[in-house]
Amino acid sequence: MDTSTRNSLAITAAKARLLGVEMVYRAQSGHPGGSLSCMDVLTELYFRVMKVDPKDPKNPDRDRFVMSKGHCSPAVYPVLALRGFFPVENLKMFRSIDGHMSGHVEMKYNPGVDMSTGSLGQGVSTAVGMALAGKVAKKDYRVYAILGDGELAEGQVWEAMMSAAKYKLDNLCITVDVNGLQIDGPTAEVMPTEPLDKKFEAFGWHVVKVDGHDFDAIEDAFNEAKNVKGQPTVLLAKTVKGKGVSYMENNAGWHGKAPNDEQFAQAKAELEAQIKELEGK
Amino acid sequence: MGEKIATRNAYGMALAELAPKYPELVCFDADLAGATMSKFFKEACPERFFDMGIAECNMAGVAAGMATCGFKPFINSFAMFSAGRAWEQVRNSIAYPGLNVKVVGSHGGLSVGEDGATHQCIEDFALMRAIPGMMVLCPCDGYEMKQAVQALVEYEGPAYMRLGRLAVETVTDEIPGYKFELGKGVTLRDGKDVTIIAVGMNVQMSLKAAELLEKEGISARVIDMHTIKPLDEELVLKAAKETGAIVTSEEANILGGLGAAVCELLSEKCPTPVVRHGVKDEFGRSGAAPKVLEAYGITAEAIAEKAKQAIALKK
Repeated sequence: MDTSTRNSLAITAAKARLLGVEMVYRAQSGHPGGSLSCMDVLTELYFRVMKVDPKDPKNPDRDRFVMSKGHCSPAVYPVLALRGFFPVENLKMFRSIDGHMSGHVEMKYNPGVDMSTGSLGQGVSTAVGMALAGKVAKKDYRVYAILGDGELAEGQVWEAMMSAAKYKLDNLCITVDVNGLQIDGPTAEVMPTEPLDKKFEAFGWHVVKVDGHDFDAIEDAFNEAKNVKGQPTVLLAKTVKGKGVSYMENNAGWHGKAPNDEQFAQAKAELEAQIKELEGK
Repeated sequence: MGEKIATRNAYGMALAELAPKYPELVCFDADLAGATMSKFFKEACPERFFDMGIAECNMAGVAAGMATCGFKPFINSFAMFSAGRAWEQVRNSIAYPGLNVKVVGSHGGLSVGEDGATHQCIEDFALMRAIPGMMVLCPCDGYEMKQAVQALVEYEGPAYMRLGRLAVETVTDEIPGYKFELGKGVTLRDGKDVTIIAVGMNVQMSLKAAELLEKEGISARVIDMHTIKPLDEELVLKAAKETGAIVTSEEANILGGLGAAVCELLSEKCPTPVVRHGVKDEFGRSGAAPKVLEAYGITAEAIAEKAKQAIALKK
């Protein structure tokens, strides 16, 4: 991709990060860590990879996306807002009784959301169902999903992996956001899931390892997945939990915590500086 | 009248029959197609049948995903697993987003027989009723089941339906003007002293109980309440007002199911003596199905006894 495209994606992702952190700050609850880590992959999906039309969010031929780790709503809602599915103003209703922007990703009231998620391990099965539906209906849309690496401890994930391989769902591409941390600490300590590449290969998936903060590498990986026939693809995206806010980076404590006034001011300053620097390029 | 067929068989055949008419109808099973009778659909329409292996939770989620794309999935397993093991998937992936998935649980209740307590699901009514917006039903015979399947295919939204393992006598085919409607109970026999509100194969038992009571000079009304949720409140209130005593009968725990639904309604809108007949909050055990039912008091005689208790409670 050319420099200006790459720069534009980085600016969008930084703006989404700021909106996401602001939502959590305003609600004084939510999950910033994992939302920040997967923001680049999600931005690449909605701004480069997926065929979607914000004016026609229910188009039956659109590509679909499922955020299987549904607590990463501070990633999904800002990206959808920036993509034009609903006004950025709506984000003020996040986790508020005065609106319908639920704490975990919700589809009925939020245009552009393809599946309500929140209970870990479940979203990926619904993505398998959407891909299977595409095969049965002979449509050529593609289905994407993001899972957390901690989420992989849920047995249902592996049930879903088996079924996607059985039905040769090459229209399905999931990304595991490998940020290495979950609520109780490092994933390697809470419940070791490595070696992920060998596990997914053994389950019949095409595996691509990628730097989850490198837009060129992410785009190449999604393009590679489009050309794989007869099996689903998983991107193992190495990421930094809390990416973009210095004090949240690589800190499990920011999995599900809201910043206070001072912390938010710092996060805002850091992200605005990033946006300014990128805009100056 | 009198034909004996298990509701699971009637279900499987009815669903298979509808496959050509509804191209969006898809059927899932979790390695029990020969028992749940989804095999009839598999034979009729293999390209829209999916065996998900012994993985009920994933089956529920995959069906939910297909429903978002305009399909009408029916997912099948034993009641213990489709309502029990996959309960949270049914709640969060199907019911909460309001998706059009029909959750079907065969081999409900104690009449599973020999397989014993691990497979005798007596909690499915309570589990499924507790989910907001979830329809819950259990037709009593093959004739009613066939119409229930048709109605469910047309109904947009999540629903749970229990099927029975045992062949049961067909009783609804000779009711004058009988027409199946979701959420509307059916009065199979009129009476003035007490009303027995039953579901599933307890409907046939209740009709026998009414005959036993008649010999003792007691006039019992029998209602087939095939839909437990939403409950046909009008019919229950009418029965309470007209007969003054109610017995509920189900092959399920007396906690949380049909009996609970009727008590909840009457205590708020028309306090009336209700005696609940069912499994008395205990696990089942292995044995030939009729013997197990007898051991746990799921019999016409026991229902007749409950009816007399209910009448005795009248002021």
